[in-house]
Amino acid sequence: MKRKSRGAFLFLTPSVLLLLIFFIVPIILTICFAFTNMALTGSAARNLQFIGFQNFTNMFQDPDFRISVWRTLVFLIFSAVIGQVVLGFILALLMKEKNVTFRRIIGIIVIAGWVTPEIVVAFCMVAFFSDNGSLNQIIGWFGISPVSWLFSFPMVSVIIANIWHGTAFSMMVYQSALDEIPKDIEEAATIDGASNFKILSYITIPMVKGSIVTNMMLVTLQTLGVFTLIYTMTGGGPGTATQTLPVFMYNQAFVNYQFGYGTAISLVLLVIGIVASLFYMKSMKVKV
Amino acid sequence: MKMNKFKVSMTAAMASLLLLTTACSSGNSNSGSGAAEGKKEVTITFRSSGSEDTLTKYFESGLIEKFETDNPDIKIKIAPVLASEGDYTSKIVLQMKSPDTAPDIVAEDTSIIKSDAAAGYLEPLDTQVAGWSDWKDKFIENLKAGVTGEDGKIYGVPATSDTRGIWYNKELLAQAGLPVPFKPANWDEVLEAARTIKDKLPGVTPLNMIVGKSSGEGVTMQTLEMLLYGTNDTLYNDETKKWVVSSPGLLDSFKFINQLFNVDKTGPSMQVALNGQAGSIAFQQLFPQGKLAMAVDGSWAGSTWFENGAAPIENVADKMGFAPFPTQNGQEPGAITMSGGWAWSIPAQSQNKEAAWKFLEFLMNQENATGRVVAEGNLSPRNDSVDVAGYTDRTYTAEAQALLEVAKFRPANDQYATVSAQLQSIVESIASGKLSPEDAVKQLKDNVTRSLGEDKVEVK
Repeated sequence: MKRKSRGAFLFLTPSVLLLLIFFIVPIILTICFAFTNMALTGSAARNLQFIGFQNFTNMFQDPDFRISVWRTLVFLIFSAVIGQVVLGFILALLMKEKNVTFRRIIGIIVIAGWVTPEIVVAFCMVAFFSDNGSLNQIIGWFGISPVSWLFSFPMVSVIIANIWHGTAFSMMVYQSALDEIPKDIEEAATIDGASNFKILSYITIPMVKGSIVTNMMLVTLQTLGVFTLIYTMTGGGPGTATQTLPVFMYNQAFVNYQFGYGTAISLVLLVIGIVASLFYMKSMKVKV
Repeated sequence: MKMNKFKVSMTAAMASLLLLTTACSSGNSNSGSGAAEGKKEVTITFRSSGSEDTLTKYFESGLIEKFETDNPDIKIKIAPVLASEGDYTSKIVLQMKSPDTAPDIVAEDTSIIKSDAAAGYLEPLDTQVAGWSDWKDKFIENLKAGVTGEDGKIYGVPATSDTRGIWYNKELLAQAGLPVPFKPANWDEVLEAARTIKDKLPGVTPLNMIVGKSSGEGVTMQTLEMLLYGTNDTLYNDETKKWVVSSPGLLDSFKFINQLFNVDKTGPSMQVALNGQAGSIAFQQLFPQGKLAMAVDGSWAGSTWFENGAAPIENVADKMGFAPFPTQNGQEPGAITMSGGWAWSIPAQSQNKEAAWKFLEFLMNQENATGRVVAEGNLSPRNDSVDVAGYTDRTYTAEAQALLEVAKFRPANDQYATVSAQLQSIVESIASGKLSPEDAVKQLKDNVTRSLGEDKVEVK
């Protein structure tokens, strides 16, 4: 028995080593740097000093930080929770047990958004929402005068872009979960006289609860990290209108060259991700 | 079954080892020295704007060949960095941090050179310039301040200089009934001209100023400081060594931007203004199409319309003009301009400093230094460039050069980048109507105080 476990440890070593080098050390370094005055240039770049909680004190006093947290939450709730998760579920539900050709056509359309790289999505969306873009041409056919979407409705624009990009993932997760539900359970409920809504809320949703939570977590963490899309479409602006935490972090680290401060912000982002995940698990009473 | 498991584990182990070795070995591949045939390789890095980049073209127009013929032991490798202005700074800093990636000569924006010097990325060049006869007499004296670090050492050789003013379309101004040549005496006349154009010429953007923070330092220097230094205030108090984060001049400058964009609505549309390419859009599209009447921009911008420029205009001197930007109330000296420019520096981690300096001296001799600014439409840091044929007879050069007399420079301080970033964001917020001028002053004061500390700021 002992010998066997020693062998197992031997085989574990490479993966533990890899984890250590590529995951654990960077995380520890990130945590350490968040307490320093690390900067890209200027005299601080030469004298790296531990400055205690200075970065965090600055951050919580910074109105831009508070705005960014708020923007992040708005972006998260509308583009991830409501947009992708709900829309993805509805799409999957509508496609359930439809004929194969129909499923394929819808599937291809939705998945097109998902397989497109984020930066390409961003450029497509700029082309769509810009002053001379497709959207303004379409509404022009109905005699509506053009709107500066990216300026007047920047948050709505980036939310729509992220929904377009991410919904397919939720849809696919739910499709496979819905397909797993044994047909006879729902049929039995129908025979017992349950309405479609009752079947959905008492049978279908509880049976795919695990998938919902996992999906919500994945989508939330993915959305918390969205940077390219927003940065390319609006640069976080106008003003601070679409400045989510990743954009704020980038600005502090690579525009202001304050790496220590940027790292501290990234830690907050990490904490938000963890809290959100725990919240989902708790609220849906699922053990993952 | 057991065998299978063993195989899987072995494969996994091998794969992870492979990953590790590749990850470790990639660090060594890019060492600067020891090039082929025993020659010393000098890498020169600068910001390129793409395949049509004038500086790249200039290097490749026989300049490097000539140097290599004269110096057979040195090989010059140009390594342009394709990036926006803001990204360029962070990219070269990351390169300069390691001896494996540090170039041997690097183009430094004079706004960041003090920060990079303070960070220890740049090599002091005092000994080299002391032994270089051109340095003392031939370089314009006040440009040397721009390459001097806070420790008083020289960290670069000025390569280009510039001034800023109002570019305007003579035909459009004449159509609107405004005097040509245009020479506004104060801020009100600039705003009034913009309003007139808006009334008389619908569809024409009256006045472009760079306000989108994605345009980076241009926002601070070309828009805010052009205004601020025309008031009685400045951004930095040289005597107390403190940042002036609140002053009547600052408030008035913010009010000007607010007036232009939100009250008169004579600025460009936000879609254009907030675009990182706002400057290029103005000079390559809107001006040539006759859709823009005026723009505050740098002296180099007009070269866009020259025969070999990005958007040539025929008989450009008849159609386009360059006017000095007035001081707030026309107070002395009447006009104001900010001057900046680029310098060549040698990174501290460079492996070929001697060869690099040799090339730098060659690059900055009278003929070559002037050749570059002629190609780029910039002003020369050398006072003997006027003797080189073709320099002063370029369109607009005389006007731009004359402005150097009233030129102001950005604060000589390594915290400038931090303050500038704050200003970029604030100017954008004002222009897009998200922040009133009064709140903007308050926000600047709060943010800069928080970043730099109470003892580094003052209120006027």
